[in-house]
Amino acid sequence: MKFRYLNNVVTLKLDQDKCSGCGLCVEVCPQAVYTLNGKVSLITDRDACLECGACAQNCAPGAITVRPGVGCAFAILMDMFNIKSQCCGDACSCSLDNVQD
Amino acid sequence: MSKKEFNLPMVEDHQPVSCCAGEESAHKYGQASEAGWVVGQIETVAGPVHRIATTLGGRDRLGSIKTRWGLGRMSYTIPPGLYGVGNPDHSSPVLVSANYKLSFDSLRRELSGLDLWVLVLDTKGVNVWCAAGKRTFGTEEVVRMVKATRLPELVSHRLLILPQLSAPGVSAFKVRNRCGFKVIFGPVRAADLPAFLKAGNRAEPAMRRTHFGLLDRLVLTPVELSALAKPLAVFTLFLFLLNLFSLLVSGGPVSPAPLIGQTLSDLFPFLVAMLIGAVFVPALLPYIPGRAFSWKGLLLGLIWAATYRGLFDPAAGWLQTASYFLLIPAIAAFLGMNFTGSSTYTSLSGVVKEMKFALPLIITAAALGLIALVAAYFV
Ligand code: SF4
Ligand code: SF4
Repeated sequence: MKFRYLNNVVTLKLDQDKCSGCGLCVEVCPQAVYTLNGKVSLITDRDACLECGACAQNCAPGAITVRPGVGCAFAILMDMFNIKSQCCGDACSCSLDNVQD
Repeated sequence: MSKKEFNLPMVEDHQPVSCCAGEESAHKYGQASEAGWVVGQIETVAGPVHRIATTLGGRDRLGSIKTRWGLGRMSYTIPPGLYGVGNPDHSSPVLVSANYKLSFDSLRRELSGLDLWVLVLDTKGVNVWCAAGKRTFGTEEVVRMVKATRLPELVSHRLLILPQLSAPGVSAFKVRNRCGFKVIFGPVRAADLPAFLKAGNRAEPAMRRTHFGLLDRLVLTPVELSALAKPLAVFTLFLFLLNLFSLLVSGGPVSPAPLIGQTLSDLFPFLVAMLIGAVFVPALLPYIPGRAFSWKGLLLGLIWAATYRGLFDPAAGWLQTASYFLLIPAIAAFLGMNFTGSSTYTSLSGVVKEMKFALPLIITAAALGLIALVAAYFV
């Protein structure tokens, strides 16, 4: 079963002109967002994207852009009040100031 | 390959502390040797390496339970460095792991009968997925640990197998540029590793997906629950004081037993609201209609409010009824929304959008509900 979250919200963008067709985005994406269409990658299930950033991080030609972050309401809340989130340990990723790399 | 062949340029003078991860971790080597999961030592060109057990002991399980309940969760780490499984040699695969004890345990218990190396990064005791998001499980750390453990001297191949969920933090092509090792992303679940290795480092598409089944969701609920202990205590005290004051105001006799009984029965509908948000929403996630988590909580909360009012408190006045219908859905919606952080498929943009809509409503409903609740005691 594939869980679905909100539609039409994610920041994922793919510039097919830069794509080399290496297929790494297909491989690293835990949500099966891409399909390799011949020699070029294609976003086939954009709304499944959880903005983890794995694809962009591993796309050598830089064809993919996404604002990576963690979809955690508690962390966003803590961030609003400027409290350092402790939910998954000291080095928790769940803080908005950590998402821009 | 025999152990002898592997040990070609033996380290002559090997002191027990001469360590796998450089001077800085010499002390940590000592720590690990006392741990129950170390079952011996492997001599290598880069010094002795701990051999790790592929079965979990009672202490591992107890630690895992404690961690799930949020007890001492922050410090459940293992020393970073290189470890061995079975009798690894220069051609054995190298797996890379986080130094969160639960990640490490779930990895090693899948490795029985295999010969390989496990490179444990310093992810500050955070699991793979969260550490990758923060980049502590990142390109930089992989390169650093490869060098610190002298891995290039130890193995003749140039291949690292990383958990797929570390990909948000690790850029495979950058690791290759910086230390010569090619990164292969393995399966999402450690249980699929033997099959992955057997298939020549190939993952079936299903191995690349997160599942987030019922068990995956339920295992996360204890932490949600234990986080509620404090708010619950505060709210219980609040109800107790409300009961006490209303008694004092009305001049009735104050005796402890009925007072406590009344407090607990007043607490009940809201306690269930908390359970709805923290346990029922996660458990029933795919079956509750709608997408937004707060909506799912709201829906169950409304059903419970109606049930409680109808079956348990049919004589409730309008203020009390209002407090049920405002406060219960607000609690359930808020806690349901909090589960976004534990889910495996919510995006930051999505949660921000959901919160912008839900949070003002939740706060308004909670505030009005509290006013109605307090007023109901004195009207
Ligand atoms: S990782 Fe980049 S270059 Fe490779 S297939 Fe995907 S988009 Fe194309
Ligand atoms: S950001 Fe993550 S979930 Fe979204 S497309 Fe890239 S790899 Fe897939």
